Amino acid sequence: MKALGLIAVLGTGLLLLAASRDFPNWGDPSSPASSYRLSRHFITQTINETAVPNMVTAVLADYRGYDTLFEAVVIFTAGIAVIGILRRYGNRDFIPAGGEVHLTPKQPDLIVESTVRLLIPVIQIFALYVIAHGHHSPGGGFQGGVIFGASFILLALARDLRTAQNWVAEKRMLILACCGILIYAGIGVLCQLLGENFLDYQILHRILPTDPVMARYHSILGVEIGVAFTVTAIMFSIYSNLSSNGQMKEGI
Amino acid sequence: MELLEAIVDGMNYWIFIILMMIGLYAMITKNNLVKKLIGMSIFQTAILLFYISLGVKEGATIPILPHYYAHTSQEEQGNLVGSSDQAHAGKEASSATEGGKEKPSVAHAGSPKIDPNRFTNPLPHVLMLTAIVVGVSTLGVALSITQKLYTEFGTIEENEILDQLKSGDD
Amino acid sequence: MIDQAPAIVLLAPFLTAVLVVLVGMKYERACFPLVVLGLCCSAAAAVQTLLQVIEAGTLRYSMGGWPPPFGIEFRIDGLNALVALTVSTVALISAVYSKNRVPEENGDKISIYYTLLLLVVTWLLGMVMTGDAFNLYVLLEVSALTSYALIAMGTRRATVAAFKYAIMGTIGASFYLLGVGYLYIKTGSLNMFDIHEVLVAENLHQSTTVLVAFILITVGVWIKMAFFPLHAWLPNSYAFAPTTTSCLLGPLVTKVMVYVMIRMMLTVFDPLYTYLQLNWGNIVVWMAVIAILAGSLAALAQTDLRRMLAFLIVAEVGYMVGGVWLANTAGLVGAIYHLIADVFMTLCVFLFAGIVFAKTGKRDITATHGLFAKMPLTMAGLVVGALSLIGIPPTAGFFSKWYLIQGGMAAGHWGYVTALLISSLAMAVLFFRVFEYAFFGVKPAEGHGDHHPSGKGKFSEASASMLLPLLGTASLVLLIGIFNQSIVSIITDFVGQFNLTGSIMR
Repeated sequence: MKALGLIAVLGTGLLLLAASRDFPNWGDPSSPASSYRLSRHFITQTINETAVPNMVTAVLADYRGYDTLFEAVVIFTAGIAVIGILRRYGNRDFIPAGGEVHLTPKQPDLIVESTVRLLIPVIQIFALYVIAHGHHSPGGGFQGGVIFGASFILLALARDLRTAQNWVAEKRMLILACCGILIYAGIGVLCQLLGENFLDYQILHRILPTDPVMARYHSILGVEIGVAFTVTAIMFSIYSNLSSNGQMKEGI
Repeated sequence: MELLEAIVDGMNYWIFIILMMIGLYAMITKNNLVKKLIGMSIFQTAILLFYISLGVKEGATIPILPHYYAHTSQEEQGNLVGSSDQAHAGKEASSATEGGKEKPSVAHAGSPKIDPNRFTNPLPHVLMLTAIVVGVSTLGVALSITQKLYTEFGTIEENEILDQLKSGDD
Repeated sequence: MIDQAPAIVLLAPFLTAVLVVLVGMKYERACFPLVVLGLCCSAAAAVQTLLQVIEAGTLRYSMGGWPPPFGIEFRIDGLNALVALTVSTVALISAVYSKNRVPEENGDKISIYYTLLLLVVTWLLGMVMTGDAFNLYVLLEVSALTSYALIAMGTRRATVAAFKYAIMGTIGASFYLLGVGYLYIKTGSLNMFDIHEVLVAENLHQSTTVLVAFILITVGVWIKMAFFPLHAWLPNSYAFAPTTTSCLLGPLVTKVMVYVMIRMMLTVFDPLYTYLQLNWGNIVVWMAVIAILAGSLAALAQTDLRRMLAFLIVAEVGYMVGGVWLANTAGLVGAIYHLIADVFMTLCVFLFAGIVFAKTGKRDITATHGLFAKMPLTMAGLVVGALSLIGIPPTAGFFSKWYLIQGGMAAGHWGYVTALLISSLAMAVLFFRVFEYAFFGVKPAEGHGDHHPSGKGKFSEASASMLLPLLGTASLVLLIGIFNQSIVSIITDFVGQFNLTGSIMR
C-alpha cells in the first residue's frame, strides 16, 4: 500500500509540476486569469452595477449568488448529515464498543467563567459587525456566522454543553438554520415571482423604495444575513453532536 | 542551477504541489483514520493556496474599493436616477444579445474610472471562500463518520477495523 | 412561469428539503407526502424543460440575470434535459419506494433521512443542469458528502464503506477542482462554454497546462464514477447502505458522473482535442474492456445479492466509458442511450433486491428461494430488469447494446465488442442462477419437495409502496426500449452538433 501510494503521489506531483513551466509568473498582471474580461469586469463594473465597494462580497452574493446559495446549503447539509450519522435520540443507555469516555465533571472556575462572561458579548457584537459591514470591508455572512457560532462553542467549552444547550436548544438551532436558507432562497424566489430569473435582485426595486442598483445592494445584505443564520446554527450543531457523540448530554 | 531558478520563479506552484503531495500521501497510506483526515485537510488547503496565488497581481491591492471611489459612485447613483436606469437598460440589452460584452454603462458620464491594475482579481477569493466552506463541511461529516466508527468498533485504526469485519459476520 | 421551468426542476426538491426539516419536527407523518409532492413538481418541470428543448433547441437560463460568463447559467440541450428527467423520475420512484423502508431502517430520523434524500437529488440535478465548471465542483463535492451520510446511516459495514468513499470521493473532487484551476489559469474563465471558446480562440489546445487539466478532470471524474481500477469505494457502499439509499444512489451517481465526463470531453474540451489530438481512444477503450470483464467476473463471484448488483454497476460504467471513447456517432449515441436505459434497469434490480431484503431479512442470493411462486409480480419486475441487463429485445438494454456494438464495429474495436458479448453472457449466467433459485428452490438435491414450492406458501407480495415502483420501473424499461427511436433522435441531435463522422478516429 505504501509503495502504491508513493507512486500515485509522485505521479500526481510530477504531472502537476510538468505544467508549472507553462504558468504565468507570480503576480503577473497580464496573466490570463487577471487580464481576462471576467476579472476586468468585476473590478471596474461592480460598483456601478451593485454599489458594493467590496468586490468579493458582490461577486460572491450577486454575480455568483447561485453558487453561494449552494455554499450555504452545503453547510446546512453537513449539519443535517452529522445529525443523521451521529445523533442518538432517546435516553436508553448506549454503550459504544470503544467504551464510554468519562470526563471528570467540571468544577466551576472563577477565572474561566468571568473571562468567558466578558468575552462572549464582545465576540457576538464583533460577529454582527462582520456580517453587517461585509459590503465595505472583508467580512460577510460566512465569516460573521462562524464567529457567532464560535461564541456558543466557547460557552460550551468553558461551562458545559448543557449550559450552552439551555441558551440554544437543538431544535431551535435547526429552525434557525432552516430560516437562514429560507431567507436566501426566499429572496431568490421572490425575484421569480416578480417575473425575473431566480436571484435576479434588481427586480426587487419594485417592492423596495430604491432603484435597481440599490436593490441589489440591499438584497446582498439580506442574503448575507440568511447565510449568517445558517452558519451560526450549524457550526454549533456540528460541534455539539461531535463533542457529545450524538447524545447531546455531556460534552467535552 | 536551472532547477533552482525554476523553483524560485514558480515558488507558489512548488509549495502548493509539495503540500498537496504530503496530503495525498497521508490520505492514501496512513492507517489511522484521523491522520487520513488530517491529510485530507492538507490536500484541500494546498488547493486553496494554488487558487489564491492565481489572484495575486503585482502592484495591486485588495479588491475593495477605497472610500473615495465608493463615495463618489454612490452619489452619482443618488443624483442621476437616469443613469441607473440606463445601466439597467444596458444590462437587459447585453443579456438579450450573446452577452459577455462590456456593458454600455462603462462609458456613462461621471462613473468613477477604476484602473483594473490597481486591484487584485476578486474571483479566486470568491471561489476559495466557497471551497473552504465545502472543505469544512466534508471534514465535519468525515469526522462524524470516524466517530461513529469508533463507537461501533472501538478503534480508529483501519487494519483493526478490517480485522473485526473479517472475523465476525455482520 | 413556463420559462422558469429549469429553475423549478432544481428548486422544488431543494425547498421541500428545508420544509421537511421544519415540518418533520412536529409531524413526522407529513414528511413522506411532502417528499413525493416535491419530487413530482420537479419531474413535471423536467418534462416541461425537455419539451421546450425539443421544440426550441438549447435553452438558456441565467441565474441572477447576469449574462455569462459573469454569472452562472444553465445551458440546457437535449442531453441535459434527458438526464435531468431521468434523475428526477428515479428520485420519485425511490421516494415512493421508501415509504415503509425508512421508518423501519431509520425510524428515529425519518425527517433527517428524507431531507438528505431530497438534497442529494437536488445536487445531482444541479450537476446535470449547470453550465459553470466551478459550480459543478461544489455540487460534485456536496452530492458526495450527502451520499456519505446516507450510506453511513446503514449497518456498521456501511459506515466503513462510507469512510472509504469519503476519502476517495474527496480525492476525486479535489482532482477535478485542480483541473478547473489549471483551466482557469490559462483561460481566466469558469463558464464551460466560455472556456471552450477561449481554448479554441487562443489555440490553447497545444498547451501542457490544458493537457494536465484534462488528465486531472478525467481522473477525478473516473474516481467518482468508479471506473474499474478506481472503483474500490463502490461495492460495499451500495451493498450495505439502507435500502432506499442504494436504490437511489446505485443507479444515479455513476451515471451522472458519466454525463459529467461527456460534458467535459465534448463541451469544454473540444471533440477534436479529446478524440483526435490526444488519440487515447484506443487505450481508454481497452481500459473499459478490462473494467467490463472485471466487473462482470467479480459479480459472478458474489453471494450477496446487492454486492453482485454493485459490481454490475462497475461493468456498466465500463460500457459507457468505452462507448464514449470509441469516438464515433454510434458509440456516443449508444453510450448516452445506455446511460438512460441503464439507470432504469439498475434501479429495477436494486428495487428487487430491496424487496427481497425487506421480506426475508437476508442479503444472500439464496434468499430468492421460491419467490416465483410467492411473489409472481415482483419476479416479473425482476425478469424485465434482468433481461434488459442481459440485452434481450424488446427491452431497453438490447437497443443500447446494439448501438454500442455498432459503434465498436464502426471503430473496428473488436475487443470492445467481444467484451460486451462476454459480459452479456456473464449477466445471463448470473440472473438465470437467481431465476433458478427463485423457481426451483435452493437445494433440490436435499429436499425433493422443493421442486414445487408453490404448494407450500401462498402469495405474499410486497406492500404496494414497494411493488408499484418496481412494476413502474419495469414498464419504463420496456417503454424506453419500444420507443427507443424518439429518445435516440434527441440524442442524435445532441451528438450531431459535434460533427463526429466516422473518419474522425481512423
